[in-house]
Amino acid sequence: MKATNINDPEYFHKVVDCQYACPAHTPVPEYIRLIAAQRYTEAYMVNWESNVFPGILGRTCDRPCEPACRRGRVEEKPVAICRLKRVAADNKGEVKPLMPQGPFPSNGKKIALIGGGPASLTVARDLAPLGYELHLYDDQRKGGGMMRSQIPAFRLPESVLDEEVNYILDLGIHTHFNHYVESMKEILEKDYDAIFIGTGAPRGGDLPKLPGRQEADANIHIGIQWLANVAFEHTDKIGKKVIVLGGGNTAMDCCRTSRRLGGESVTVVVRSPFNTMKASPWEIEDAQREGIPILNNMPPKEFVVENGKLKGVLFEKVEAKYDENGRRTLVPTGEPDVFLEADDVLIAIGQDNAFPWIERDLGIEFGKWDLPAVNKTTFQSTLPKVFFGGDAAFGPENVITAVAHGHQAAISIDLFCRGGDLHSDRPAPTVNLIQQKMGIHEWMYDAYVVDDQRYPVPHVDTELSLKDRRMEVELGFSPADGFKEAQRCFNCDVQTVFADNLCIECDACVDVCPTSCITFTSNGEEEDLRTRLNAPANVLSQDLYVSEPLPTQRVMIKDENVCLHCGLCAERCPTAAWDMKKYLYQVTKTCNVWDVAAPVEVGQV
Amino acid sequence: MTYLRPNFRHPDLPKNALGYTRQYYEGRLSTLCAGCGHDSISGAIIQACFEMAIEPHRLAKLSGIGCSSKTPTYFLANSHGFNSVHGRMPSVATGANLANRDLIYLGVSGDGDTASIGMGQFVHAVRRNLNITYIVMNNGCYGLTKGQDSATADKGSVNKTGIANQFQTIDLAGLAMELGATFVGRSFSGDKEQLIPMIKAALVHEGFAFIDVLSPCVTFNNNTGSTKSYDYVRDHIEATAAVDYVPIKSEITTQYAEGTNKVIRMHDGSLVELHKLAPGWDPLDRGLAYSRLNESRAKGEILTGIIYMEPQSRDLHYMLDTDQRPLNTLKEADLCPGREVLEVINSENR
Repeated sequence: MKATNINDPEYFHKVVDCQYACPAHTPVPEYIRLIAAQRYTEAYMVNWESNVFPGILGRTCDRPCEPACRRGRVEEKPVAICRLKRVAADNKGEVKPLMPQGPFPSNGKKIALIGGGPASLTVARDLAPLGYELHLYDDQRKGGGMMRSQIPAFRLPESVLDEEVNYILDLGIHTHFNHYVESMKEILEKDYDAIFIGTGAPRGGDLPKLPGRQEADANIHIGIQWLANVAFEHTDKIGKKVIVLGGGNTAMDCCRTSRRLGGESVTVVVRSPFNTMKASPWEIEDAQREGIPILNNMPPKEFVVENGKLKGVLFEKVEAKYDENGRRTLVPTGEPDVFLEADDVLIAIGQDNAFPWIERDLGIEFGKWDLPAVNKTTFQSTLPKVFFGGDAAFGPENVITAVAHGHQAAISIDLFCRGGDLHSDRPAPTVNLIQQKMGIHEWMYDAYVVDDQRYPVPHVDTELSLKDRRMEVELGFSPADGFKEAQRCFNCDVQTVFADNLCIECDACVDVCPTSCITFTSNGEEEDLRTRLNAPANVLSQDLYVSEPLPTQRVMIKDENVCLHCGLCAERCPTAAWDMKKYLYQVTKTCNVWDVAAPVEVGQV
Repeated sequence: MTYLRPNFRHPDLPKNALGYTRQYYEGRLSTLCAGCGHDSISGAIIQACFEMAIEPHRLAKLSGIGCSSKTPTYFLANSHGFNSVHGRMPSVATGANLANRDLIYLGVSGDGDTASIGMGQFVHAVRRNLNITYIVMNNGCYGLTKGQDSATADKGSVNKTGIANQFQTIDLAGLAMELGATFVGRSFSGDKEQLIPMIKAALVHEGFAFIDVLSPCVTFNNNTGSTKSYDYVRDHIEATAAVDYVPIKSEITTQYAEGTNKVIRMHDGSLVELHKLAPGWDPLDRGLAYSRLNESRAKGEILTGIIYMEPQSRDLHYMLDTDQRPLNTLKEADLCPGREVLEVINSENR
């Protein structure tokens, strides 16, 4: 293998698995250390800079970081990264003075933002300090988009949502709420220099062809619309017997909301096997804790109607069969159909994009599934001044993905308005590699690896929470538990950096490494090398760190897979050929928040 | 304070025939200087015992005093251990071995502990062919007392103070040969590929198996001019052969060119395979081994590998014709069988 180029910013970035997995690449270990140091305000700002909605995401994020967490590879559960973020948000001090302070001198450019969700708000935050005049349109009465309409208040209190949305709106955004944009043509005719579309995926899936659908319409609701009606207080009750169709997170929100609006017997029915449900495991757990059974392998066959009123749903019994290509088909088992009684049915079987308000002759091309043709790097549509982001761009994802889109779209819009090239002028990430040694056995980070298992987040009493749809179910970690959970982090951003010119090949690092990551051997092809290391290196997605040839013609090979970043290799190295260096990788935004905000010292933990 | 070893290990660590991972053979975290050769030797001992699937409670590790003699703390935490008086490990080991012949004995010593204060003890253990693996971690200096030249420092070798050693060196491998040792090897702490199979072969050898391991002292004897520095040893190393240890039940699978390969059957039936043999080399010929050892020393080479072995050697217990049962298990009835037995013996002598 060729020697690893550690000057490539992506190499060490990939070692920080949580940050790498995060669509917005939030520097996770950096803020976890700040939380452990009780520097909640700084921890919050590290998040805010990167993911814009720390309090919201600390409660509702899909957490792609957690399955990636290295700790999950050596023990049962990863670090509770998401809930630690909430610890920062819950305990922070005054943060507003640390944010960009308007009014900002105008640069003479006007931008329209269609849709008030996380993507548009991120674009707004990134562009406002540069002097853009930003006009935000949304049909709801407040900003937040699906975070407000679809995430129930018992998971995300309105106060948290308002606070974080207002941090952005207070930057001087011109809001046009209760304003449904009916025609893209009209917007284009106004004098906007660029337009960003972040209208999400607003169309909930339906079962129009199922018998009885029309007749029972009064008691059949589309999940996301129904949740929005609850959020905006158009709906405040539901029947005693409720069936929720679907197995995603929307279904979980629907069933749990139903329990709070009078649903006594709420059942979730999924058509496929339980283990293929799309909902996050923790959301399924939360639903089950509230006494909601989940029935699987039962596709609906018919809405049973009696005297013009919904009586229940008839289900078929199926099992999943897989062909050689792993493609699944649901095959009827031949068992008798199952009838479940219901006063109301909620359909939560997915959602789609819909752009009925964009005329198709404006030069904005659309492709498969009515999705716009959008460049994956620039988020530019086929009409140069129109940009898409969030669910509107590539279909339903999640909040953190929308935020990541927003940052990149903002860069594109800024480049577009300044006449730059949207590809070649994109800024490189900001990286920093800082030595952590303070003395013998002393590092600037807490290198000791604790054995603690993941700490559970306390919940309010279920009986109490079912009485009030606004009562937040999760209480969040106490600062003491937050500290203990934070200590579980391996600090994967503190990199093991190897200097081949200093190595005397004494093997001290090989002998001391608790997880047998390091091997000195003759070089070869990667496939061959992976069979010759001191411990199995079967996780191909994890890189091998290969040095230049050493005096004995061998090379140092480190399998990054289960490195605990404990620093013992550097501790035992007589020549400091191994060193622990903190790698801070930050996605560059249109404006570096720290440049425009009041100075804050971040990073030296 | 971060100098604590985490308890996590690689989740897919291989297991040996006993179902243990390497972790079960580890000891405490070393407090020797970072980069000390001794730690590599500890690592090689751990790996050899893990691969041989030695039950840890069947092994006793003994040592004297010195940096080297601290190392039994850093390997085989589940085995028996005895840290004896300076230079007196051989007699403690002799006593232990006579009392319980069922254990595997691993003696760890240094150049000071063996070639200076313990020399008298060492030579007698060799000539008695005590059944023990005796490893000398040889760094040519007294590391624990700030690096004075030891008796194994080569004549002319420059220590960290810049002064060349004027005295003759003691070549422990040559001395062991002279005293009739039945297994003599030399290796380098930085060459685990050679050291691990050599330790395995030594552990199955019946009799005194001596391994002189050059182990650079990073703090006091790794300077330019030293003949026991990492750089010097790597530049001057000359191998007699590559060593492979093959346990009893395995088959030899590797093929080598004729004349460069030698398979030696050990007393317990396991095999030691030497390949890429140096031309004209025969590790079973004591006279040849002795002269080659002298020749290479004269040329300034450091000869490594299994230098000499007597695979059918019989140990002290055999020579003394002791009971097959460990002496410490003999009860009063065995030792004092009573008047009737005495009568029988007496009648035989009348």
